[in-house]
Amino acid sequence: MQFLGRKICVPAGSLREFRSAMMRPARFNGGRMRKIRRRTVLGWGLGLAAGGSLAQAGKIEPVFKPEKDATLRLLRWSGFVKSDEELWNANTKKFTEATSVPVTVEYITWEDVRPKAALAANLGTGPDIIMGWYDDPHIYPQKLVDVSDVAEGLGKQLGGWYDVARTYGYSKRMKHWIAVPVGGTVECLTYRTGWMKEAGFDQFPKDPSGLLNLAKALKAKGHPVGFALGHAVGDGNNWTHWLLWTFGGKAVEKDNKTIAIAQKPSLDAIEYAKELYAQMVPGVGSWLDPNNNRAFLAGEVSVTNNGISIYYAAKKDFPRIAEDINHAAFPVGPVGRPTELANFTQAFIFNHCRFPNAAKEYIRFMLSAEQAGPWVEAMNGYVTPALKKYQELPVWTKDPKATPFRDGIARMLHNGYAGEPGQQAAAALAEFIVLDMFADATVNGMSAKDAAARAENRLRRIYRG
Amino acid sequence: MARLPPLLDRTPVLATLLILPAAVLVGGLLAFPLTLGVLLGFKDATIGEPGSFIGLDNYRYLITDPVLRITALNTALYTLVTLVFKLALGLALALVLNQRFTGYRFWRSVLLLPYVVPTVLSAFAWWWIFDPQFSFISWALVKLGLLDHNLDFLGNPWLARGSLMVANIWRGIPFFTVGYLAGLQAIPNELHEAARIDGARDWQIFWQITWVLLLPLTTILTIFSAIFTFTDFQLVWTITRGGPANATHLFVTLAYQRAIAGGAMGEGAAIAGFTLPFLAVLAWAALDALRRQP
Repeated sequence: MQFLGRKICVPAGSLREFRSAMMRPARFNGGRMRKIRRRTVLGWGLGLAAGGSLAQAGKIEPVFKPEKDATLRLLRWSGFVKSDEELWNANTKKFTEATSVPVTVEYITWEDVRPKAALAANLGTGPDIIMGWYDDPHIYPQKLVDVSDVAEGLGKQLGGWYDVARTYGYSKRMKHWIAVPVGGTVECLTYRTGWMKEAGFDQFPKDPSGLLNLAKALKAKGHPVGFALGHAVGDGNNWTHWLLWTFGGKAVEKDNKTIAIAQKPSLDAIEYAKELYAQMVPGVGSWLDPNNNRAFLAGEVSVTNNGISIYYAAKKDFPRIAEDINHAAFPVGPVGRPTELANFTQAFIFNHCRFPNAAKEYIRFMLSAEQAGPWVEAMNGYVTPALKKYQELPVWTKDPKATPFRDGIARMLHNGYAGEPGQQAAAALAEFIVLDMFADATVNGMSAKDAAARAENRLRRIYRG
Repeated sequence: MARLPPLLDRTPVLATLLILPAAVLVGGLLAFPLTLGVLLGFKDATIGEPGSFIGLDNYRYLITDPVLRITALNTALYTLVTLVFKLALGLALALVLNQRFTGYRFWRSVLLLPYVVPTVLSAFAWWWIFDPQFSFISWALVKLGLLDHNLDFLGNPWLARGSLMVANIWRGIPFFTVGYLAGLQAIPNELHEAARIDGARDWQIFWQITWVLLLPLTTILTIFSAIFTFTDFQLVWTITRGGPANATHLFVTLAYQRAIAGGAMGEGAAIAGFTLPFLAVLAWAALDALRRQP
């Protein structure tokens, strides 16, 4: 059967079911949903039936009919905010009620997902579905179930995927979707408005030279900036990739072979980093992910890059700092377009899963508006979904300070740019090649050329044919 | 009494049978994976692909890799420097705690704490102690007017190495102290008394009697501690993750970063392979020392 111009293998009648599923009433858990008014949900234009039908949560007809006696095991990262797991579990329960498919959800620290996923891929046993990070599915694409029907169905239903989401989910090698993108923990520059004004800036700068000037002015006022240069998996990798890319630098060319790190744009970026480093609070050389949160909340730094967590921590414990906090997208340099990197997560199903239809239905169910909407709302914007329709969620506008996080996925490039996602890109990120290039040149005082040459050597090895 | 079947009466048969369970355990759980690990070091396997045999290519590349060189230096320094301090401080503490004073039992148990606390937890505590912004050491030094800025314990490569060594020494001292305490209590008091009657001074008694009698124990404690330190992972991974810019990696953390986090299984196995000769020598020395024990 043809669907969106592609041949897909869904059971007969499924397409009709898919369409009608979109027309079905949303099933909200009344208690948990108090933050979203019904009207806003209706305002999504999803064709959700109005009125009393919201309350009549009847049995949902699945789009992908689960196999008989199916059970599922999902392995995912533990929530960055408590409400994440609460809502995820509640939605999972709804799924089980609707389909009679029991799902065991296992939460582990986000950095431990990759080794566990790799183990499952290699052994051909373990969890059926994994919510992993970045390039994970591209490391073993041949071991994953084709999820094109789920991805394309959701895309059509919910405003389409951001380009970067497609790059992460679609395998050029396999010529189909190997993962369903979920979203990213977008980062923005978190800053103190009061200090910025004190330093003579009314608005947060939009280009790197403006940022440098601001950093200098802030330091002169005793409020240095701070960006992680230790092995901070999230914060450190994110801001250094932005910097490399915004100057036009890249680790590898589009052919995924030619190493391009030692070219002029990278050297420009490194020189810029050296100047910015001189304006930073001492000690960033050892910063891991939590350091900047603490330093910012303690008033030791005026600008840093982070997810929305600093703001919410401040709202809870330091309301006066929270009032003063605002967020801005990373500045745009010579390349003329946003070039951010954020931790990106997606769900994939292993071939060893005995109930692939149940697994597909679970992913479809969890990422559909009725479930994912409340889930994203409850996380207060910590995860930005990869489907465009979700930018209409009230969470992004009810507090204007959350708005810059809304468009984070649109501002992202994929890990391994300008090459392909895959084992090499994953290795380069895990080994902190780009981050260490900047750390070598700043913290360790190497010349830009030497630092770039060291990164180039290692990249050559990683990308060797 | 039931007689053994005639076949089991023969020593070689019975010996083989008795040793079999242990051999299966050691072979299956240690020797087999170790062999697989060594073989993996000769392949270009990644986490998603089994890879093919590439001979010594991983090793050839690694000896030209500046990160591996610095890692080798770190591992050697980390092991040697901390050993000296752990031994000296552990022995000193054992000598003190070997005295009978009020509350000596209490202090003996307190001393064990660094060893008993899970390393990940104590590593987190050290991570706070070395924090560039909130270290209480920096805070105290600044308040006392001895410094005008915080110490960058983990941001400067040499300071970072030193800081990790301090944490390792703190954790490793009790191993020596407890060992030495047992050793000291095994030395007959008559020897000390006889020396004293002959007019020996405390210092002479220590060097000529106590230290000499503790030597075999020292060998064993040192070798075992060297093995633990050489293969330390948790302290470094929790406190610096090998940073800044790979300046504090040990063989094991680098192998983990490249093989498990980065997926370069073959290369990671080769990095671990570099530790094998050292560990083999240490293990042989340990066995030899144990055999020579009276």
